[in-house]
Amino acid sequence: MKTEDLINAIVQDSASRPISMAARLSAALLLGGIAAGTLFMSVLGVRPDIIQALQTWRFDIKVATTLVCFGVALWATYELARPDADTRRALLVLALPLALLGVTVACEVIVSPPDVWMGRAIGTNSRLCLASITTLSIAPLGALLFAMRAGAARSPAFAGAAAGLLAGGLAATLYATHCVDDSPLFVALWYIPAIALVALVAAAAGSRLLRW
Amino acid sequence: MLRGVINRGFARYGLGSEEVEDVMQETLLALHLKRHTWDDRRPFFPWVQSIAQNKLVDNLRRRGHRAQIPLDDVSQTLAADAPSAEMNGVDAERMIARLKGRQRDIVVAISIEGASAREVGERFGMTEGAVRVALHRALHSLAKAFRADPA
Repeated sequence: MKTEDLINAIVQDSASRPISMAARLSAALLLGGIAAGTLFMSVLGVRPDIIQALQTWRFDIKVATTLVCFGVALWATYELARPDADTRRALLVLALPLALLGVTVACEVIVSPPDVWMGRAIGTNSRLCLASITTLSIAPLGALLFAMRAGAARSPAFAGAAAGLLAGGLAATLYATHCVDDSPLFVALWYIPAIALVALVAAAAGSRLLRW
Repeated sequence: MLRGVINRGFARYGLGSEEVEDVMQETLLALHLKRHTWDDRRPFFPWVQSIAQNKLVDNLRRRGHRAQIPLDDVSQTLAADAPSAEMNGVDAERMIARLKGRQRDIVVAISIEGASAREVGERFGMTEGAVRVALHRALHSLAKAFRADPA
């Protein structure tokens, strides 16, 4: 086959309008989000004292941190799904929630006496935290990786990791509204490993699934 | 224009003209099948370049040892004239051979014989839309065959 012949075939095929990456990722996030949300509401549910909790800075900061993780991962996933991705910038942006968490941990350490640090870090239900965040991530991650197969990731593993952070950020945001451990110390000690585990699995999956 | 750019870029890596043609065809396929990954607010050329680069690296990796061509071979390749029609994209020929029955017929009719989707539809008793769908799938299969080729 000559290259001109291939071009004939491509020209004949170019009438079809492909679906944009933004639309594919949005659909995946919507479907995965509905699945995770349904699972969350049927098994865990929002904590009963959510109204009072909203008036405490620790709870608000906790939810804000997971939302920032979700937000930056959303941007990074969209960026990294393309061949001309700016990987350095994506890495910097993804470090943002960690930096934010660092600041809030510092605040907690400053405002609370040393003898409560340990209790707040260990919390009341760390095992449920780990199990919930990883389990709630599964559906969104699957949907996102499927959508990203249509992309052309510059670095398949990194793109997979971003999708993992996005799914993990979504799961963590849901779980944060159930969890009664609000201290930044708890978030740093348990949310980070849970989300990191999801990102690690996603990176491994991405390096296989997202090659093009 | 694209051809010139890709040719120049690939010649630098010591690929023979046949291999250049293969990488070129794979790149063209990827540019087409992944066109929705270009964000129209961004410059077009870097996007094209990154796809071409990815395909070149893939090709070199697949060929492994064959990428290290001894100098004698290079000078012979350089001495040779522009690739003849028969030499163009030897791999692509093999890739087409891997397509299944009707898909292959459609690709051959449209690409090599230059038929339109409607003509092909009349020939095989299919609607024009069905031909287009089959062609689109065939191009995806072709890209996959390139990727899976151990060469």
